[in-house]
Amino acid sequence: MAFKIIASQCTQCGACEFECPSNAIELKGEKYVIDPKKCTECKGVFEIQQCASVCPMPNTCVPA
Amino acid sequence: MMSAPIISLESLTNTTSAGQLLTIANSGGCASSSCGSSSTPTDMNSATWEKIKDHPCFSEEAHHYFARMHVAVAPACNIQCNYCNRKYDCANESRPGVVSEKLTPDQALRKVIAVANEVPQLSVLGIAGPGDACYDWNKTRATFERVAREIPDIKLCISTNGLALPEHVDELVEMNISHVTITINMVDPEVGEQIYPWIFYGHRRYTGTDAAKILHERQMLGLEMLSERGILTKINSVMIPGVNDQHLIEVNKWVRERGAFLHNVMPLISDPAHGTSFGLNGQRGPNALELKALHDRLEGGVKLMRHCRQCRADAVGLLGADRGQEFTLDRIPLEPLYDGGKRHDYREVVSRIRDDHSAAKKEAIATVASVNIRGSLQVAVATKGGGRINEHFGHAKEFQVYEASQTGIKFVGHRKVEPYCHGGLGEDAALAGIIAALDGIDIVLCARIGDCPKEKLMEAGIRATDTYGYEYIEDGISALHATEFGTVPSQATA
Repeated sequence: MAFKIIASQCTQCGACEFECPSNAIELKGEKYVIDPKKCTECKGVFEIQQCASVCPMPNTCVPA
Repeated sequence: MMSAPIISLESLTNTTSAGQLLTIANSGGCASSSCGSSSTPTDMNSATWEKIKDHPCFSEEAHHYFARMHVAVAPACNIQCNYCNRKYDCANESRPGVVSEKLTPDQALRKVIAVANEVPQLSVLGIAGPGDACYDWNKTRATFERVAREIPDIKLCISTNGLALPEHVDELVEMNISHVTITINMVDPEVGEQIYPWIFYGHRRYTGTDAAKILHERQMLGLEMLSERGILTKINSVMIPGVNDQHLIEVNKWVRERGAFLHNVMPLISDPAHGTSFGLNGQRGPNALELKALHDRLEGGVKLMRHCRQCRADAVGLLGADRGQEFTLDRIPLEPLYDGGKRHDYREVVSRIRDDHSAAKKEAIATVASVNIRGSLQVAVATKGGGRINEHFGHAKEFQVYEASQTGIKFVGHRKVEPYCHGGLGEDAALAGIIAALDGIDIVLCARIGDCPKEKLMEAGIRATDTYGYEYIEDGISALHATEFGTVPSQATA
């Protein structure tokens, strides 16, 4: 299981990149992308997914 | 027409050769070698004055001479405000949070050097959104480290919502960040709940009064920590009619008790087209007179900033004259080398003429205050810097508003306008907009004005004159005041 970013709605603020406890998010070209192999949905680390909690755009950082 | 002798700061800022600058510098101004201390305002100690005398946002007096630039390097934010739309970019609008391009720390360094080479008034580099400078801290720090290495004398400044401020206060001190602005819109979570839909703190999202309570506590702690360490703080508050307008009197008390240096109460800018929650829900901003009424009620608390222009997050230049569009990444050199010549020469000239200006200002204010007349005169001034009435009516993008009364001459605000000449609207439409913007103004002072706009202003009940063109603003207003009311010293009428 992993999360994904809907690029068309993303503001590229980058908050998710440094909040991610798994270093699963990086800027590729103009888009922030979540690596599904690294994403743990924050299980065992935080109660709630950090990327989705900090994202300022509704329904933009969502389950893949 | 011109009062002599004058060093034209305009000629300085438009000149390219440092030699020319020095020739101008040496040709006039204050001849005394003891210049330097007399311009310290009477209500401030000299150590504080040293900190603000070239910071245009912390000193109304400095904003006539010095410029700031903002770099948008820290776009991540830890709160959501109802007056902010995070998706919005625009090259043409002038309001907080709006930028045409975000920068990496390396790109920001390039831009700061390019601007420092071309804008002699530059004294301050700020990071002021979009996003929060303390939350997106690594990018803020990387930018300041690079710039401080290349241009050590530039003042560093940040703007923050305060939530992540306490954990970075010690680093702010280490990095010599001398000025911090905190946006504080409430001290009551019930009010805060109407402004902030959520915050992200301690790895989770909070909403409602829980969110506002945490934000409030962090803001107060951050402010106290900065005050203890001698960092000057400006509190920005957005005036939202019906939500926090009366509450800002309480905010002013709280921040005064915690050592805030300056309080900047600015109007909410709200429009459905901006896509903000307030804009879409029809929340209106205050008009100029409502804002002034609140400012007047706040007099006597923390010193008020009345000269804020609510600039863009990538603004460059004097507060009233943005030059940001000249310095987009595609217009600046790839590897500019810093040359401090123009900034150095400009500072030298300003330090000489500033005492002259300060003395003239004090005398003019005393003269106006000595006249025993009830009521006040609202004066709109067209200026392009240097503290003089030196802008043509038709070129003015804003008018600075002064109030002359028994308490002297006071800067009370500004009114933005679409210029009469060269505006996008055509002259008649532009003039209608200017007349509306000058609501409540008795008289306009400018360097030049044509007969046609002058007559139309007169029909709308606003007089305009270029009689005091190129004089210091306060000198012009004092002379005008004497003409309007007659010079009757109060003791003569007692």
